[in-house]
Amino acid sequence: MTAIRAAAIAPAPAPARGRRGRATLYWIAKHAVAIALSIMFVGPLVFIVLTAVMSDQQALTSQLWPKTWDWGNFADIFEKAPLLTWIRNTLMYSVLATAFMLLSSIPVAYALARFKFRGRKLAFLLVITTMMLPPQVVAVPVYLIWARFELTGTLWPLIIPMLLGDAFSIFLLRQFLVTIPREYSDAARVDGCGEFRTLIRVILPMARPAIAAVALFQFFYCWNDYYGPLLYAQTNQDNWTLSLGLAAFRSVHRVQWNLTMAATVLAMAPVIVVFFFAQKVFIEGVKLTGVK
Amino acid sequence: MAAVTLRNRLRPLAYLSPWLIGFALFLVYPLISTVYFSFQRYDLFTLEPVGLLNYRYFLKDEAAWTSIRNTLWLVVVMVPLRVVFGLGVAQLITRLKAGAGIFRTIFYLPALVPLVAGTLGFVYLLNPSTGPVQAILGTVGVQSPDWFGDPAYSKWGLTLLALWSVGDLMVIFMAALLDVPKQLYEAAALDGATGWRQFTHITLPVIRPVLMFAAVTGVIQTLQYFTQAMVAARVASGATDSAGSVFVPGYPDQSTLTFPEWLFHQGFRDFAMGYACVLALILFAVSMVFTLILLRQFRGFAEEEA
Repeated sequence: MTAIRAAAIAPAPAPARGRRGRATLYWIAKHAVAIALSIMFVGPLVFIVLTAVMSDQQALTSQLWPKTWDWGNFADIFEKAPLLTWIRNTLMYSVLATAFMLLSSIPVAYALARFKFRGRKLAFLLVITTMMLPPQVVAVPVYLIWARFELTGTLWPLIIPMLLGDAFSIFLLRQFLVTIPREYSDAARVDGCGEFRTLIRVILPMARPAIAAVALFQFFYCWNDYYGPLLYAQTNQDNWTLSLGLAAFRSVHRVQWNLTMAATVLAMAPVIVVFFFAQKVFIEGVKLTGVK
Repeated sequence: MAAVTLRNRLRPLAYLSPWLIGFALFLVYPLISTVYFSFQRYDLFTLEPVGLLNYRYFLKDEAAWTSIRNTLWLVVVMVPLRVVFGLGVAQLITRLKAGAGIFRTIFYLPALVPLVAGTLGFVYLLNPSTGPVQAILGTVGVQSPDWFGDPAYSKWGLTLLALWSVGDLMVIFMAALLDVPKQLYEAAALDGATGWRQFTHITLPVIRPVLMFAAVTGVIQTLQYFTQAMVAARVASGATDSAGSVFVPGYPDQSTLTFPEWLFHQGFRDFAMGYACVLALILFAVSMVFTLILLRQFRGFAEEEA
């Protein structure tokens, strides 16, 4: 047995080439699988874009490659549907909700990460529970609250509550803030900084990656949100978002797949562009959502 | 001195106040209210106590049970497939020497695509008359099923969509895989364990908590599964929102009707709000069970400091 093991460890000169050959094969196999998977992941996006520039006639066929490149389709969709209104509403929802979320959630996360007080652990557990709870659970009474303020039919029921903190963002920020060594805030305190100044001057700059991540997540969540606008704004077309408009695009505007895909590209493009500029922020943020 | 300690004691409260108000206003109060409404008949205009009528109605509401079966199907099929696929892709990328960064970006990209846009794209891509997938399969003489129009395949169509956007899981798994101590593999290699044995004896046990975490959060997310099913059904059925007609989710043939969809439909399209509250309480109970599992299993999740 020992002999066999020793032989296995010992660098045997003869089979080295064979092993190298196998390693090369393995290298090729891995990358071949990766390339095949890439095609499967990117393929749908490519076909969506290709279809978006097809002519109306070609969109009725199953041809894959556009015969003519009708970039005008992207202009046509603005005439067929009130896309600018949808974009404006979506932007208003996303920007305000993100700003409000940051304003309210950062102090909460900071308190959960740094202050010592009775019930801190319980508070954090409740944050996690809130985050996990499906929004549909409390939908009826919450809807009735907004109905009483006559705000149903608008996007405000989705924006205003962001002033009261968002569980997921609080959770994520807190997970990051606990990793900042206490020494930094202690040093600030020795220098005579109050708690609030310590948060603003010392902690926030250090937490920039996490803040950027939650802001991006929140923005994307709102940009993509379908359930919220469907619940509150479906009945009022003036307040439709891109998600609502897109879901109804084909049936309401009776258009071909090419224009539907052009609208789809338009909804995806900003998100993908932002991702390419902020990829690292994103990936680090996603990692924060996992367990350590 | 007393003023200072009072300030110190009130400070956490001040910082937490936005969330505390939100928690009371948008969670505690609505939950209590949901229990109250579950014993009423309420349609936004008339409120009438009906005792257990809503609960009894649930027992014979066949659509509700169909939606429970569908949601269960997604939990049992979609969640494990996503975890396995996500792990496979993550494992592959961590072993690539060339181009790992590019592949990671490519694999992650679909996870970012807005749900409505992605769903719309898939309904188009997979439609058997003009869809590119059929066009490609057709060249080798294969007839693709009517993914979003055939009740036998519609949930599989949604599963394909879910696998396509596996990027978030992939990133979490990659981080976990890279955290597995290298020495463990070296020691195993000395013992002659390679490939598959290393994977089952070292990788899996070490990253087990992360896998479990992904599975449990996956279940919780799937209990809320709404947008993709709603949009796929709406687009595939070609339903219009003309005046007077209300779109009923689940096309084709209630095969994609999920529990939250039915709750939404009952509460906000049929305005059977009392009954919707019964469904909401059921959803609450099931979600709480999985949340408690999560909190029990992953105390590390809420660990005090690192």
